Amino acid sequence: MARLNIEPNIEFGDELYQALLDAHRDLTLEQSHAVNARLILLLANHIGDLAVLREALQRARSAGDDAHADACSSSSISPSNEGVNR
Amino acid sequence: MTIDYQTLALPYSAPPECGTSDVPHRPVIVVGGGPVGLTLAIDLARYGTPVLLLDEDDKLSNGSRAICFAKRTLEIWDRLGCGARMAAYGVSWKKGKVFFGDRLIYAFDLLPETGHCHPAFVNLQQYYAEGFLYDHALAQPDVEMRWKNKVVGVDMSPECAVVTVETPDGDYRLSCDYVVACDGSRSPVREMLGLKCSGQTFRDRFLIADIRMRADLPVERRFWFDPPFHRNGSALMHRQPDNIWRIDFQLGWDADPVAERQPERVIPRIRAMLGNDAAFELVWCSVYTFSCTRLDHFRYGRAFFAGDSAHVVSPFGARGANSGVQDADNLAWKLHYVLQGHAPDRLLDTYCAERERAADENIAHSTRSADFLTPKSEMSRIFRDAVLSLAKDHGFARKLVNSGRLSTPTTLADSPLNTPDGERFRGTMVPGAPGADGPTMMNGKQDWFLRHLGGRVVAVHFVAAADDAGPPAPQTTGAHDQGAAVVGPPVHELIVRVAEPRGARAANGEAIDVDGLLAERYDATPGTTYLFRPDQHVCARWRRYDPTVIRAAVARATCAD
Repeated sequence: MARLNIEPNIEFGDELYQALLDAHRDLTLEQSHAVNARLILLLANHIGDLAVLREALQRARSAGDDAHADACSSSSISPSNEGVNR
Repeated sequence: MTIDYQTLALPYSAPPECGTSDVPHRPVIVVGGGPVGLTLAIDLARYGTPVLLLDEDDKLSNGSRAICFAKRTLEIWDRLGCGARMAAYGVSWKKGKVFFGDRLIYAFDLLPETGHCHPAFVNLQQYYAEGFLYDHALAQPDVEMRWKNKVVGVDMSPECAVVTVETPDGDYRLSCDYVVACDGSRSPVREMLGLKCSGQTFRDRFLIADIRMRADLPVERRFWFDPPFHRNGSALMHRQPDNIWRIDFQLGWDADPVAERQPERVIPRIRAMLGNDAAFELVWCSVYTFSCTRLDHFRYGRAFFAGDSAHVVSPFGARGANSGVQDADNLAWKLHYVLQGHAPDRLLDTYCAERERAADENIAHSTRSADFLTPKSEMSRIFRDAVLSLAKDHGFARKLVNSGRLSTPTTLADSPLNTPDGERFRGTMVPGAPGADGPTMMNGKQDWFLRHLGGRVVAVHFVAAADDAGPPAPQTTGAHDQGAAVVGPPVHELIVRVAEPRGARAANGEAIDVDGLLAERYDATPGTTYLFRPDQHVCARWRRYDPTVIRAAVARATCAD
């Protein structure tokens, strides 16, 4: 089964980051939410592999838990991260 | 003369048991004379099991309830002998359009291929569906219907169920082998047995308005998200017989359900939709909320639950009545076989295994539709709107637009009654699938494949157009296991001869696959054999004919293995 690639995979990382910010320039938060949602849908369709997407969704969500956990305590290992690497 | 099924008073006379202490025995009692109860009663009677149907009321459905009856439902009713009348009176449709704002974003066709007896859907008011079933039930000698006979008690023992019935002439009691509760979402039988459904209720309100209007609009399902005439809500429009149109408006959770169904509130909404000069008459208004709930187990001792008493879905997708009719289709032959001694009682547990899974599938579809229509959170709304805004120009997003995933029959793929494939097959006719229809010719007459299956265990052999050696002689085999306490059902055989341009030479009683569609739909080559259950679901298939494996598969399909 295909796995989510979490190693560096973009040659022009800084340009990509810049392009992301540019896409949101001058937008209200509401408009930005809409842009992000459309972007996720477009990319998800392009990836087209539900297992990869589920892993990405899980990582996106649990990485947030890590950040939250980091802020609250010194622990950097979230239990919800376990079992991600199927 | 047309009968007004909405006001028809169904006959009542004092049951002979009233005022006596007799507790006569019946094989099956069906509680509830709605589409599910009537279908089940007719089905059982046609198999040869006498049925008593009890209903607390003396009226059929009125107003606007189920309207969309799916192809599979028509096929089931066809097997019972009343599908043609439903299809003829109903408004056939298969196309739909979805609008976002004032733009068409998506058009769909639910049955793009030809070569099926029935359309994808007919729209038919529930009172017609029930009325036609009622008429058909009257014609079955083995169906007895008692109206104004309210079940007020169900007592279960290992040997039988005892039902207490209240009538205008007093109470009486009956015992039965099995009682089936088809008594709706508020199922009194479920309450009496102390059983509860669990699930979720959606925080939204919808207005149904049925109007009578002469309009020359295409026959299709029209659905709007955020239309100019009803901002921030959705709307649906659908044609029914007798120039009646179903219009549905999403009102939101804060809407006042009483005020919103007053004509002075409803009519302006419809005028906004149809234009100020539209001539129509309002015939029905109601405001509803919906839920998706399920009973944990569809069997409790000698009681079974079918239709809304077992599972409730949101209306988007027409999965309520259609799945209930499939419940009846699934349960009838099993009850009959067990009562006849063709199968052990545990065959009835497979009703639960199969139809609980089906209910989960229907609830999942219907919940997803509800989540799309009624986003539960701000982010859920943002994604919904993102899908809609992409849909016009992005094919993939159109597939995500969910205004209801319209009812398709459940493939019982993991049923214990299936014999797993031992050979390679392409296509959708996997063990557990409801059989696909296709045009046939038999004895010089054009007909349809499913009609030849009837309600029997049938082994279908595909043979070459001109196979001089001939297929195995048609036969009806009897018991599959003479030594066992349970004597299996008879197995019928049907030969399907694949057509060729010059026409096939078929003997009497053989079906010719005139357009080659059956061979295509079943991925059949000469020798291919399919085994069908009485409910016309596939339960096994092979690339060649072998009576030994057929017997084993029949035993498996009846829990006799």
